[in-house]
Amino acid sequence: MNEFGKIISLENALSYFHDEMTLMFGGFGGIGNPPTLIKGILEKGIKNLTLIGNDAGFPNIGIGQLVTANQAKKMITTHIGSNPNAGRQMTEGTLEVEFNPQGTFIERIRAAGVGLGGVLIDVGIDSVIDVDKQRVTVAQKEYLVETPLTADVAIVYAQKADQFGNLIFDKSARNSNPFVAMAGKITIAEVEEIVPLGELNPEEIIVPGAFVHYIVKTEGVNWKWAWEN
Amino acid sequence: MGMGKLSVRELMAKRAAQEVKDGMIVNLGIGIPSLIPNFLPENIRVMFHAENGVLGIGPTPEKGQEDENLCNAAGLPVTIIPGASYFDSSLAFGIIRKGLLDLTVLGALQVSEKGDLANWIVPGKRVPGIGGAMDLAQKSKKVIVLMNHCSKDGEPKILDNCTFPLTSKACVDLIITEMAVIRVNKETKKLHLIEVLAPYSVEEVIEKTGAPLVIEGDILVYEGV
Repeated sequence: MNEFGKIISLENALSYFHDEMTLMFGGFGGIGNPPTLIKGILEKGIKNLTLIGNDAGFPNIGIGQLVTANQAKKMITTHIGSNPNAGRQMTEGTLEVEFNPQGTFIERIRAAGVGLGGVLIDVGIDSVIDVDKQRVTVAQKEYLVETPLTADVAIVYAQKADQFGNLIFDKSARNSNPFVAMAGKITIAEVEEIVPLGELNPEEIIVPGAFVHYIVKTEGVNWKWAWEN
Repeated sequence: MGMGKLSVRELMAKRAAQEVKDGMIVNLGIGIPSLIPNFLPENIRVMFHAENGVLGIGPTPEKGQEDENLCNAAGLPVTIIPGASYFDSSLAFGIIRKGLLDLTVLGALQVSEKGDLANWIVPGKRVPGIGGAMDLAQKSKKVIVLMNHCSKDGEPKILDNCTFPLTSKACVDLIITEMAVIRVNKETKKLHLIEVLAPYSVEEVIEKTGAPLVIEGDILVYEGV
């Protein structure tokens, strides 16, 4: 049951990760981060990563684990407050951080995902994020030209995939995952369940399989959430 | 609720809850703003929005009933109310950027008399990051800052000019602290003292505020009862 050849082992998936790469990840505050792929990258000791994703997670949750283990040299993100290790590394100069307004950030990813040359947004104009950004005026209103964000590999977490890579998500774990899935040069989806073709209702599919190159079955979340205990 | 004396945080949230009106779409920041729903009258219908892709957030789930895939933007478990929807981050910010939020309540490091907001970095010390605050502050119909009147070091957080890097200029409409309710007049760029919160006096509020306050007529004292 793998006629598109997209379903691969974790070991095979990990062959796509290497030092110095750009890695885009889905998720928001750890929720929707792909746990098994992150564990694999952690254990493989991939370093000098440029991480592109909504936030730096929590110190021991999700993508935050890679930051805590000093495996990232740069983050293109919106928020790092929930992971003090990221702020400390930024202050010490070992982690470069490029901040984006959260809404702008996801539109830059979406732009790459749907083949746009950029998007026009006025959020943050004349603010600290407005450094060397091109401006255009449309209908007497000034906008920043926000450029697309892509990555060597994009990793996402989905609830279900079929073997073509059609994806559906679970509640607020959807967050940035659909557009991250669309924006990578190679997209690997970690999923809770792989179902036969035809089982997902075409009306409910959020990401069409055309965007998804590989599918890995998850081993499940291997951290404790901040609210547990 | 209604049992015993309110904590300072609860008193602040209860006062802020008065600003939430029937039919509003509202985004609440993390911390004290997240307590606001506990103080809303039962007969008003409000759709709470979260940046991670939920509209129609309900009460905090009972312990043991949490769903790790149903959380707010702070990563804390929530429930939903009838009429709620799930969507992706792009749509979550589409709702904000199009101006569909009636109200946002944010925390802050500093606010100026012009309504400038600084809440993303204490240079050299702490870097919370921008997150959704820039979108929310610039695009919401009304922006309320709910914060402590002074920093932990006792320094005023309400200033004639912010000293920390700004999140957004001239965006704040109302400031609510444990000491006072202060309205920002964006046209005159002046701060108007509206109320003091018990047990503080007008004089104490003036002393702890780093910008001039316009005081007209009698100032109400909010007791929280």
